Amino acid sequence: MAMNFGFKLCPSSALNLDKIDTSLYDKLVEMEPDARICMACGSCSATCTASQFSGMSVRKVLLDIQRGKEKEAAAMLRNCMLCGKCTMVCPRGINTRHLILSLCRIYDNKEEQK
Amino acid sequence: MIYQGKQKIWSDYQKEIPADHWFYARSCIRQNFFPASETHFLKIGRELLGKDICDNEHHTTCGGISYHSDTIPQETAMTIVARQFAIMTECGYKNIAPSCITSFGNYTEILETWREFPELEAKVREMLWKSCRKEFEIPEHVAHTSDIMYTWRNEIAEKAKFRLINKETGEPLRVVEHIGCHYSKMFPHKGVGGAEYPCVLSGMVNSWGGQVIDYPERRHCCGFGFRQYLVKANRGYSISNTHKKFESMEPYKPDMIITNCPGCPYFLDRWQYVIAEMEGRTYGENGFGIPVFTYEEVAGLVLGYDPWDLGLQLHQVAVEPLLDKIGIEYDPKAKYLGLNEKDIMKPGLPENLRCF
Amino acid sequence: MLLELKIMKDSIVIIGGGIAGLEAAKQLLTLGYTPIIVEKSDHLGGHVAGWNRLFPDMAPAQEIVAKMIKDVEGANIFLETEIISSNKLGNTYIVNLSNGVTIRTKAILIATGFELFDAHKKEEYGYGIYNQVMTNQDLEKWFNTSVDSRIGGKEIRKIGFVHCVGSRDVKAGNSQCSKVCCVTAIKQAIEMKQEFPDAEIYCFYMDLRLFGKKYEDFYINAQKDYGIHFIRGRVSEVSENIEGRLLVKAEDTLSGKPLKVTLDLLVLMAGMVCNQDGSKMASMLRLETDSDGFLRSKDNVCNIVESNRHGIFYAGACTGTKTVPETISEARAAALMIHNYINE
Repeated sequence: MAMNFGFKLCPSSALNLDKIDTSLYDKLVEMEPDARICMACGSCSATCTASQFSGMSVRKVLLDIQRGKEKEAAAMLRNCMLCGKCTMVCPRGINTRHLILSLCRIYDNKEEQK
Repeated sequence: MIYQGKQKIWSDYQKEIPADHWFYARSCIRQNFFPASETHFLKIGRELLGKDICDNEHHTTCGGISYHSDTIPQETAMTIVARQFAIMTECGYKNIAPSCITSFGNYTEILETWREFPELEAKVREMLWKSCRKEFEIPEHVAHTSDIMYTWRNEIAEKAKFRLINKETGEPLRVVEHIGCHYSKMFPHKGVGGAEYPCVLSGMVNSWGGQVIDYPERRHCCGFGFRQYLVKANRGYSISNTHKKFESMEPYKPDMIITNCPGCPYFLDRWQYVIAEMEGRTYGENGFGIPVFTYEEVAGLVLGYDPWDLGLQLHQVAVEPLLDKIGIEYDPKAKYLGLNEKDIMKPGLPENLRCF
Repeated sequence: MLLELKIMKDSIVIIGGGIAGLEAAKQLLTLGYTPIIVEKSDHLGGHVAGWNRLFPDMAPAQEIVAKMIKDVEGANIFLETEIISSNKLGNTYIVNLSNGVTIRTKAILIATGFELFDAHKKEEYGYGIYNQVMTNQDLEKWFNTSVDSRIGGKEIRKIGFVHCVGSRDVKAGNSQCSKVCCVTAIKQAIEMKQEFPDAEIYCFYMDLRLFGKKYEDFYINAQKDYGIHFIRGRVSEVSENIEGRLLVKAEDTLSGKPLKVTLDLLVLMAGMVCNQDGSKMASMLRLETDSDGFLRSKDNVCNIVESNRHGIFYAGACTGTKTVPETISEARAAALMIHNYINE
């Protein structure tokens, strides 16, 4: 039986790129090749109607799914109102609104498969 | 791994270590954790190699443990260190040899600070005079006792009865070397071999027949970290660092670990018990742990001193499998007999970590 | 022993036979002068001669250098030669070379260029210690020769590029940005992706400084068409695992989390540092160095190619980190300035 010492091993917060699952990102890139050209400038999040109240950030969503954090990304996406302000400001011309919809479609398919 | 690349770096970081006449500064915690290590440093130096080492009863802790635990300000630590220097000066010595890595780091840091800020040195001289009526000379050389042992390594190898070789297979033992953080991370040029690839311990291991393992988390801290262990709420963080190191070194199947810091061997040794009891995970062969030694203990073992005189019964991880590998004889019944055959009592056995 | 003393007149001494020296020599030839190129190594073309292809259009470096060398056929070229001493006599300089030649010249052009930062100095990256660590220069050599034990015959699944090795690094003695490394890393990452289409490639950067013509397009290209991963964080430490692969640690600063990844090859983008020979030359000619260690121009805005001494001019990376087109432009500017100076 495991002995209780009053303290435990802390889980590591390090991102281990050897172990992350990027299947969601790979799928997204197939549908939305422009997902790759984000340069993390943050203008999408700065202008986002939902960001100040909910933590929604397209930049973070893209980063999270590249790092295999599907749940965190999904939680943010729920707050999106599809207003399209982010698409207006993206300097790389990424159709972020379309990208969000594609991402939701991937999530939905995954749910259905379950 | 390109060995010549390391040799090139080592040649850039060679410090001047005088051959003789040292003022010995003991560690406050090593005498409890590894009670025979300091005795054996003096024994090897004085009796075997004929060196002059002054062990003066008036010196104290360097204050490093309190300084690194955030309980005293640096000026206080400096005054304590100034007093050590004063005793060194009174005894007629010019070179100081701290036994503890944190002391070594502390002395080095203080001397470097005084070099940059002479007004602080003047202030400390005044404080020392007011508090103790003592004056001091700046030591000409500061060397950690592992630096000194490093200079003795070939002489010890010549006089050795055993080598770090597996008696059965004839293969060199696989040795993990772990350097205390305060040895050279702060001042790389003050450490033999620098900070990234120090050779102070690997030099000993190579001279004594072993093979050094370089594993990914070699540079990582043992997990002690003073406040990180001393405050119970932080201990999970402390042990997680140790756990990370063991997970990283395990694939190399190390036979032993050699260290030069007071905290590191203690935590690398004791935390193996805690990890075993907490997680059911052990890192040595057949349910044992990986034995952890101070460099004095390893020197003592190759020189053929009795393992129990070296204090190895105070280790948590059983050392017997390693002694058997090297072919060192020992009396299992004498393990828990202290001075004058006094029974020092056998400790209880852990559930998951195999011990004797 | 008496050395044969040759006096050459109407000549202009160019110290350094890299692209700056070659281009200036070509222009001076056109203007009717006799340039004398003094090069310490055994070949012309400097660093560029060892490169494979140049951004942004992947121009072959060796063809460019070969053409530049062909264009200076009328110049005097001394290879494996150094300046021993130089004295000013009125309006002329008497320059003594290590091969026994003495030159009287009205103008000296310093084109001593840069040195590549010695990547061994970043000990934590393990260059020369871990088998699978190489530099940008080593990789260009591999592109040219296809010979390198770090790449040949091994499975290469993951490759990393470390930007700013020895650049923007005050501790390494170089606070300057080397300018070309960001785009070189992107170029080399694309080239490696072309060689190893299944490999994952990571660029570890602090800032991407893609200031030049088409550099940003190159970056978009690397992201979109080659799927190169850009991780914002400086590599802190490299180690080797039991399989001989590299474990690389950095912070993913965009996530705010420490990050680690196992790689088969790590390429260090060694930066440009000031040339020690250039500094030696500077003290011999009583030239000043700027606060960044490079040679000090008369003015860093309007007059980069002139020094503070009459008759001594600069071209290329001796005054700071430069790209190839910048160097060539400066060499042309310097030739014109020398011409104007002589005809004053």
